[in-house]
Amino acid sequence: MGLVLATTAELALVTTILLLLLATPLAWWLARSRHWWKEIIGALTALPLVLPPTVIGFYVLIALGPASPLMAMLEPFGIRTLAFTFTGLVIGSLFYSLPFAVQPLRTAFEAIGDRPLEIAATMGATPFDRFFTVALPLARRGFLSAAILVFAHTVGEFGVVLMIGGNIPGKTEVLSTRIYQLVESLQFGEAHRIAAILVAFSFTALLGLLLVERRIGTPRP
Amino acid sequence: MITVALDGKVGGAFAVKAAFEVPSSGVTALLGASGSGKTSILRALAGLERIAGTISVDGVVWQDRRIFLPPEQRRIGYVFQGAGLLPHLSVAANLDYAERRALAGPFVRAEIIARAGIAALLDRRPAALSGGEAQRASIARALLGQPRLLLMDEPFSALDTDAREEMLDWLKEVFGEIAIPVFYVTHDHQEAARLAARTIRIRDGMVEA
Repeated sequence: MGLVLATTAELALVTTILLLLLATPLAWWLARSRHWWKEIIGALTALPLVLPPTVIGFYVLIALGPASPLMAMLEPFGIRTLAFTFTGLVIGSLFYSLPFAVQPLRTAFEAIGDRPLEIAATMGATPFDRFFTVALPLARRGFLSAAILVFAHTVGEFGVVLMIGGNIPGKTEVLSTRIYQLVESLQFGEAHRIAAILVAFSFTALLGLLLVERRIGTPRP
Repeated sequence: MITVALDGKVGGAFAVKAAFEVPSSGVTALLGASGSGKTSILRALAGLERIAGTISVDGVVWQDRRIFLPPEQRRIGYVFQGAGLLPHLSVAANLDYAERRALAGPFVRAEIIARAGIAALLDRRPAALSGGEAQRASIARALLGQPRLLLMDEPFSALDTDAREEMLDWLKEVFGEIAIPVFYVTHDHQEAARLAARTIRIRDGMVEA
């Protein structure tokens, strides 16, 4: 139980950190670009919202398997496959939770508007400077929302994990797949405990999210 | 001299065709009705709007067919029509923001703060300021950037008549004390006459004779 909990928390934490780093430039570009075709990229990043997780898992499994060209490129580094590894799970989770990072960040960046960035520009701030000193602080609640959503959503991941994880204890077994195993083997007592933990965790995360979002847009005195 | 010759479109729609030359001192009013394009011209001077044409200030080319200096390289002070402070920073931190990115110049922080009458407001956030207080802080912020050119876009249009009168008297005095050239956008010809040495009338994106 402790081991599964640790794997789950580690997966969610690593995914959250990596995804915030990766989604920030993407969300910034989606929020600021004036090309109409940016919505093609926007739709692509939102795909995991509607795709069955098994489809994501299937493609990631193939991409990480020994026959894929991607893995062929990594062969010189001694990596033949990432399927059924923790790293593979992290990669799958990045795709699975991508929209949950991009959407709140994009919304937060769009809510800033042009004005504060223009004010900073007229004071001599370069685009890089403006991003770090104006956009990031003004979008901070968007980052908090994104972090909560990605963490919670990754904890709740099941289909992708099942497809590419292989349910190896201590490596790729997480709470959601443990429940499945327990129910399969009719251990309802333990399944109840884990299910209750996940309900309590999810409720806390969503409550936190609503409290964060309620304060968006209300300027601090 | 400040030489401007713009001939292009704003956002692919509104056409601006305006050429003028003014000395590098004193206040020039850009006067016109709303929608006349006066703010677009001011934003082009700032580099916030990209309109084809040339702009040069004291022999330095800010834009022509090949060059386009972004706002952060133009050494300007810009006072916006309302909401001209960074909303997440206190008044003092807004002044710091400008000062830290400025080159050396004539404006001294303590003097500017006293002149703007904002000493008691330094710890406040922009959201907790009245319209007049926010604009005085914005003007202080613009000056502490040590600009070579001050650009103002109807800074007091959101104020009620009494507050506006008071601010115009104050601004007239400030203009008398600073040596840098100013462009002041307004739709009110009395305001233009009161503050500016020269007036350029704008209509349908063009300079009226």
